Amino acid sequence: MRIGLRLATAVVLLFIYVPLLVIVVYAFNASRVQAWPIAGVSLEWFARAAADGSVRQAFLNSIIAASGATAIALVLGSMAALAVQRFAFFGREAVTFLVILPIALPGVVTGVALSATFQTLGIDFGLPTIIVGHATFCVVIAYNNVLARLRRTARSLEEASMDLGADTWQTFRHVFLPSLRTALLSGALLAFALSFDEVIVTNFTAGAGVDTVPLWVLSAIQRPNALPVVNVVATVLILLSVVPVYLAQRISGGETAGVTR
Amino acid sequence: MTSAAFARPPGVRRRLAAFLYRHPRLQLRLLLAAPLAWVVVAYVGSLAVLFANAFWRLDSFTGKVVFEPTLDNFVTLFSTAVYRTLALRTVGMAVLVTATCIALAFPIAYYMARIASRRVRGLLVVAVLMPLWASYLVKVYAWRTMLLGHGVINWALAPFGLHGPGTGEVAIWLVFTYLWLPYMVLPIYAGLERIPGSLLEASSDLGARAGFTFRRVVLPLVLPAVVAGSIFTFSLTLGDYITPQLVSNTKLLGNAIYDALGVPNLPLAAAIASIPVVVIVAYLLVARRLGAFESL
Repeated sequence: MRIGLRLATAVVLLFIYVPLLVIVVYAFNASRVQAWPIAGVSLEWFARAAADGSVRQAFLNSIIAASGATAIALVLGSMAALAVQRFAFFGREAVTFLVILPIALPGVVTGVALSATFQTLGIDFGLPTIIVGHATFCVVIAYNNVLARLRRTARSLEEASMDLGADTWQTFRHVFLPSLRTALLSGALLAFALSFDEVIVTNFTAGAGVDTVPLWVLSAIQRPNALPVVNVVATVLILLSVVPVYLAQRISGGETAGVTR
Repeated sequence: MTSAAFARPPGVRRRLAAFLYRHPRLQLRLLLAAPLAWVVVAYVGSLAVLFANAFWRLDSFTGKVVFEPTLDNFVTLFSTAVYRTLALRTVGMAVLVTATCIALAFPIAYYMARIASRRVRGLLVVAVLMPLWASYLVKVYAWRTMLLGHGVINWALAPFGLHGPGTGEVAIWLVFTYLWLPYMVLPIYAGLERIPGSLLEASSDLGARAGFTFRRVVLPLVLPAVVAGSIFTFSLTLGDYITPQLVSNTKLLGNAIYDALGVPNLPLAAAIASIPVVVIVAYLLVARRLGAFESL
C-alpha cells in the first residue's frame, strides 16, 4: 500500500515535470529542426532571443499590463473586502457573487463580452483595454486575500489606536495597513502572475500590434522558424516560475501558500 | 510613529475623519462605490452587451448586426447537429478530464497528507505548486512538441512498435489533465490533511478494514474538497479553445465561439457562449449544495 502510493506519487511527479524538462533541453538544441533526440548542444538561440526586439517589447508590455491590472485589483478588491467584512448591508451576498463571477465563468466568455463592448463603444484596443480585461478577474484575487485576513484580525487593535488619540487616517496608515501588508503582497503576487500568464482574455482585448508574452508565444508557436527562440523564452518562463513560489513561501512565513483561483 | 503626528492641530483632514467616523453609512457607500461601479460597468455591462447580442441577428447580405429581437441564433444552435456534437463532446471531455484528475490526484494527495514526513510534505507541496505558476502556454507548447511526429512520445514508443496518440481527442484529454492536475491535488491534499487521525484509528479499532475505512470515513469527509477541485477542472475545460487548437484537429465549444467571432457573427458567438455559462452556473449550484465553497 505504502509502496504503491510512493510509486504513484513518483509517476505523477514525472508526468508533471517531464514536459517542462523536454522544452528546457530543446532550448539547447543545435539544430533548427525540432526533433527528438536533439542534434547537439548549442547556446546560439539564447543569444538570438536576447537580441530579439519583439521578445523584449512583449516582456515590457506584459509587465506594464500586469502592474496596471494588479494596482486596480488591489485598490478595488480591498475596498470591496472591507465593505463586505466590516458592514452589514442589504445585498452583501450579491456583492460577493458579483466579485467572484469573473473567475468562475470561462475566459472566452469574459473575453468575447469585453471585446464586444469595446467595439460597441468605439474604444481602441491596446494596452489600456488589456489592463481593464485583466483587472476584471484580478479583483477577486485581492478581494479573497484581504477578506481572509480581515476575518482573522481583531478590530480591537484599531479601537486601541483610536482610544490613544489617533484619528482615522493615522489608524489606517499605522495600524490597519501594516496588519494587511502580507495579505496585500500575496494578493498582488498572485494577481500579477495571473495577468502575466493570461492568454484568452488578452487575445480578445489586445487588438493588432500589441503583444504580451503569452500572445507572442501563441503566434510564434505556429511559425516553425521561430520555434528555437520560443524554446528559449519558454525556458526563461519556466525558470521565472521559481520566483513567485519562493516569494509566496517567504510572505506566508513558511506556512504553505494557499491557492485560490 | 512620531509624536509630531499627534501634536498637529485638528485640521481639515482630522475633521473629515471625525465626520466619516460619525457617518458609517457614508463610509460604506464610499467603500462600495468604486468596486461596484467597476464590476457593474466593466464586467456585468459587458456580459449584458454580449447576451443582448445573442438575441439579435446578423444580416447575411450586409454582414451587419440587425437590432431586432429574435431567437434565430438559438434555433440555429439547437437545430444544427454540429453544435450538439460540440456541446456533448465538450461536456464529456470536461467530465473525463475531471475524473482522470481525481484518479491521479488522490494517491499523491494521500501520500502527501498522511504518509510523507513533514519535510517531504513541504517539498511535495512546492513541487505540485510550481507548475501552476509556470506559463500555461509553455505547458501546452511542451505537449505540442512531444505529441508531434518527431516528438519525444513517438521516439519513446517506437522501440515497442507503438505510435503516440496523434492529434485527436486523446491528445486534448492528456493535455487538459496535465494542465489542471495541480488544481485538483491541492484541495484534496488540504481536505485529507484536515481529517483527524483519531477518526481513522476509531474506525480501525471498531474492526473496519483499510478499504472500508477509506470508503465510509475518508471519502465522505474529503468529498467537498474533491468537488471544489472539480469546479476548476470542469470550468477550465469548458472554456478553453487554445489547447484544442494547438494540440489537435478536434474542436470544442470554445473553438466554435472563436470561429463564429472570426466570421464575424457576434450574435451567434454570443448564443454559443451561453451554453458553457448555463452548464457552469448549474454546476456551481450543485457544488454549493455539496459544501464545496468552504473548501475552496
